[in-house]
Amino acid sequence: MTAPGIVIVGAGQASVQTAEALRAGSYEGSITLLGDEPHGPYHRPPLSKAWLAGEMDAAQLVMRAPEMLARKGIELRTGVTVQGIDRDAKTLQLADGSALPYTGLVLATGATPRALPLPGGDAAGVLPLRSRADASAIAERMAACIEKDLPIVVIGGGFIGLEVAATARKKGARVTVLEAAPRLLGRVLAPVLSDWYASLHRGHGVQLMLNAQVAGIEADATGVSGVKLADGSVLPAGLVVVGIGVAANDQLARDAGLECDRGIVVDACGRTSDPAIVAAGDCTARRLPDGSLLRLESVQNATEQGKSAAAALLGQERPFTATPWFWSDQYDRKLQMAGLSMGADTWAVRGDMAGGSFSVYHFQGDRLLAVDSVNSAKDHLQARKLLDAGVSPSPWQAGDVSFDLGGLLK
Amino acid sequence: MAHITYVEANGQSTTIDLADGWSLMQGATTNGIDGIIGECGGSCACATCHCYVDDLLAGVLPPPSQGELDMLENVVAERRPNSRLACQIKASPALEGGVVTLPECQE
Repeated sequence: MTAPGIVIVGAGQASVQTAEALRAGSYEGSITLLGDEPHGPYHRPPLSKAWLAGEMDAAQLVMRAPEMLARKGIELRTGVTVQGIDRDAKTLQLADGSALPYTGLVLATGATPRALPLPGGDAAGVLPLRSRADASAIAERMAACIEKDLPIVVIGGGFIGLEVAATARKKGARVTVLEAAPRLLGRVLAPVLSDWYASLHRGHGVQLMLNAQVAGIEADATGVSGVKLADGSVLPAGLVVVGIGVAANDQLARDAGLECDRGIVVDACGRTSDPAIVAAGDCTARRLPDGSLLRLESVQNATEQGKSAAAALLGQERPFTATPWFWSDQYDRKLQMAGLSMGADTWAVRGDMAGGSFSVYHFQGDRLLAVDSVNSAKDHLQARKLLDAGVSPSPWQAGDVSFDLGGLLK
Repeated sequence: MAHITYVEANGQSTTIDLADGWSLMQGATTNGIDGIIGECGGSCACATCHCYVDDLLAGVLPPPSQGELDMLENVVAERRPNSRLACQIKASPALEGGVVTLPECQE
């Protein structure tokens, strides 16, 4: 019997990062990853793109080969569901009835897509996209729709929905995107970019309906047959992809009495309200210095919080304070976002919007808050440096391509 | 299919058979080769699969896209004329015998 070590609940990006960071930090005890899926860690970003398009096989999606984890002394247990945490006994209760002791616990439980809270929302062929299995189910149904020339309806004009729409168009499917708000990506993008993305999708043949009110799903014996709108009209559909956001998987933490608020509340170092428990990735809500909570769902957030969480368990302080970044691939356009544009009141465009290579600089007063770049990786990387350094160009400098923004960093 | 040799910063050398269409990043991470991270899953968005290609590869590979060139500006290790992102290099018979050297650090 080996001594209890660090147990990581979850086997995704944040989990792998935490495990590897523990080893890099010279932690020599046991590390156990508990995944509830039947397979090991895999890359999620390609799921809505290359994987959905059938351009990758399962082996290419693998994040770390099992032997690579084993060589680092990271034990991977798949198909394991954790039912409870006994914080006093420092023990996990597993679904098979066994108990697993820990000295340190990492919660990296991810998030769950919100289900469509409407009549028929559970019909066959109404699918979310989160896991590899989800993406495979969508791909299978999408292929059938293309063969029978049945339309695909995407509910939700956020990143997941729009990436699926782009992939489906690439495969030749008929696609309608329904968005409840007056514009696409309204929570994260400035109106100027929402409009640009609407044009991009319409230009690729997507039927886009803004201010769309979905009333329910119509189904027959084979599953979904259409989407009913509030005005009574029905859009025929052989597949409905639902991308209306996710909820953090914080139930385990909540049941154990850890502080949760739309996610497991952590500080900048990934610490929860229990000193033996840290959390990382999509399941967290990070407490900022002003007391507010920030929820991010991104690869960077998972890896950075993973590193912070590992350090915290080793008794070190490694706060994650870097500028948040994110990306989304749609058609041949790569959006790269740096910073958070919430609260911006001014913006400036740099580059050629009509040509599809530009950046939007968001300001609050004189202060640069965020930069969203389309096919302009150079602007994006420079923006991360400007924001990390707290250096703000003026809006007119940002908008003038002849002005060297990099010069401000010297 | 191509035999690709990865030389890690500590000198350890590993040769693998890489199926056509696989990226050099995928080949490394699934075969237990340290020194390639591939945080973004091959989306040309993180610059943690930086490698140095040998003359053979440099001679047969298509040139990097503007996006890859831009991301290469963000690599942590020294950027050299033969710096590439391993996620952007797809295996084909033309790459047979190619050697990539991995930098000391990726992040």
